[in-house]
Amino acid sequence: MKTSLRLTMTAASLLALGATAANAQISNDVVRIGVLADMSGIYNDLSGKGAVEAVKMAAEDVGGTVLGKKIDVIFADHLNKPDVGAAKAREWFDTGAVDMINDLANSGVARAVAAVAKEKKRHIIVNGASNMGITNELCSPYAIHYAYDAYSLAHGTGKAVVAAGGKSWFFLTVDFAFGHGLEQQVSDVVRGAQGRVLGAARHPLGTTDFSSYVLQAQASKAEIIGIASTGADAVNAIKAAAEFGATKNQKLAALLLWIEDVHSLGLQTAQGLMLTNAWYWDQNDETRKFAKRFYDRVGKMPNMAQAADYSSTVFYLNAVKEAGTDDPDKVSAKMREMTVSDMFTKNGKVRVDGRFMHDMYLWQVKTPAESKAPWDYLKPVSTIPAEQAFQPLSESKCDLVKK
Amino acid sequence: MEIFGIPHQAFLGQIMLGLVNGAFYAVLSLGLAIIFGLLRVVNFAHGAFFMVGAFIAFLLGRNLGLGYWPAMIAAPMIVGFAGIIFERFAIRRIYGLDPLYGLLLTFGLVLVMEGGFRVAMGSSGHPFPTPQLLRGAWDIGFMMLPVYRGFVILIAVVVCAGTWILIEKTRMGAYLRAATERPDLTQSFGINVPLLLTLTYGVGVGLAGFAGVLAAPIQHVNPSMGSDLVIIVFAIVVIGGLGSVLGSALTGLGLGVIEGLTKVYYSEASTTVVFLVMALVLLLRPAGLFGREEA
Repeated sequence: MKTSLRLTMTAASLLALGATAANAQISNDVVRIGVLADMSGIYNDLSGKGAVEAVKMAAEDVGGTVLGKKIDVIFADHLNKPDVGAAKAREWFDTGAVDMINDLANSGVARAVAAVAKEKKRHIIVNGASNMGITNELCSPYAIHYAYDAYSLAHGTGKAVVAAGGKSWFFLTVDFAFGHGLEQQVSDVVRGAQGRVLGAARHPLGTTDFSSYVLQAQASKAEIIGIASTGADAVNAIKAAAEFGATKNQKLAALLLWIEDVHSLGLQTAQGLMLTNAWYWDQNDETRKFAKRFYDRVGKMPNMAQAADYSSTVFYLNAVKEAGTDDPDKVSAKMREMTVSDMFTKNGKVRVDGRFMHDMYLWQVKTPAESKAPWDYLKPVSTIPAEQAFQPLSESKCDLVKK
Repeated sequence: MEIFGIPHQAFLGQIMLGLVNGAFYAVLSLGLAIIFGLLRVVNFAHGAFFMVGAFIAFLLGRNLGLGYWPAMIAAPMIVGFAGIIFERFAIRRIYGLDPLYGLLLTFGLVLVMEGGFRVAMGSSGHPFPTPQLLRGAWDIGFMMLPVYRGFVILIAVVVCAGTWILIEKTRMGAYLRAATERPDLTQSFGINVPLLLTLTYGVGVGLAGFAGVLAAPIQHVNPSMGSDLVIIVFAIVVIGGLGSVLGSALTGLGLGVIEGLTKVYYSEASTTVVFLVMALVLLLRPAGLFGREEA
């Protein structure tokens, strides 16, 4: 008798639990994901439409609904302006019923939005930006830094170049949070290996003429010209360096190069450059399958941030499903328990500071002769295990990390 | 040897680079000055036509296999023709109105053109090879000067001088100048003034297209390549004196050098120094360095 009563009670409470789950504690009856990207500026090809499509693909692959509620993907252009990005994030969180913001190309924007997310206790997943602040002073249970960061670039490309004998460096640095952060990380690696940093020239975002900066780099007589910029800036800097003969006596280290940058430089100019990327479309069958689907929709190959936009959105939606709610705290806890194994990475896991831990890869740009097809640009050099690719927790300034 | 704290080699190198940039400024501001001088239209779309010139050169090469030299002839003509159509159907309607209307109209065109190219061609840009003949670099003692950049200075000087001669020394130029001063009187002599204005606009933006082709091997062909440039070029036209052809060309070269040197001494100010000069010139000589005060 007693047993059956207990059984009944248990069953009843389980049923009640099931009922709430079926009722799905989804705020506003929708799971809305905002893609905050550069839709019109210099980083448009790296984030932009491709980012939006990647997130939409993720929503479709999850089935278009989670816990019986519709998944809605919206997007906005942050214009590479932190204030515009922060205002949009605030609007989305306050009145737009947005549960999670993804992509966030541009470190300045990502930093500003991370501060908003922390204040509003809502999720962001940073894939487009590298700034270390996301997992350090700006860290929160709601921010995940997913694809890559400045530390991983410095410990990928930076370390490889130093190991190959590049001991003295001069930087061409884009003059905002991204460039400064990257230059600092790589400088640490260089000095850590008894190398020397001889100086840096800072240029504005969207510089077209690098000749003057290249001349300064040549005058420095540094062995390595470190290019702490990306996208069109890096492309123009590399072209100018080749044009002015800097590549004869000095070597270039492009610290953040995307597959689109290689595409736009052309293999003739880009061949031999080392680059650190989290993901490349031609890694295995899974990545090729995703790339093909993406290509059919966007008309170009996906880059690591866009692949991460997809992977992290699926991850977030699965966490909502597992948690049975879109309550930010519960989803956050779930995301820190789950592991991710998909086409982006195997056994990836979010650390307490919000860093998504996964292996990074060092690549080298193929020569024109080695490339067999369009977008066949990279050959693998080495795998950088997650523990070496990302900042150890002991160095973290994140206040969630217990020391 | 050091000059103001930097090695003289770097110093001379920067002056040389300033001249190269100044050459672009000169060719661009030339077209702008002609258009403003004759049409009184502030042609904000100048940078966009520059970008289109570069893209046409790129597309001719990619789709038709035309090289740099044919593109140098074809692209300015295509751009000029596009300009003529635009003048015929849009700009013509705002002659005589407040200059602000011209500015708004051409600015709208910029947004349409840049947006269109961004959608069609992406934002990353496309490589454009330097012509075979002009590859490599000369060692000119204090720096390695890429042959192509030297060529740009040369061409810019030739184009500027040619335009100046055309306007100041030929019968055609005399018509143009007459049409600027007294369009009604010129028309009464049987000269087709509206046609002159249309052609002027076509030639003006054709020059921008030409500069675009010149810039293609250096700058990487992308939709926003003109937008940053055009603001500086406007400042140059203002500094040189609105409508002064020679003034614009000389100011273009001079400011290129000033900008280049700023990049060495205080790089952060390199994007603003041109406007600083503009403010100073406007305070001291409101008509610009080479401009005439208008009654």
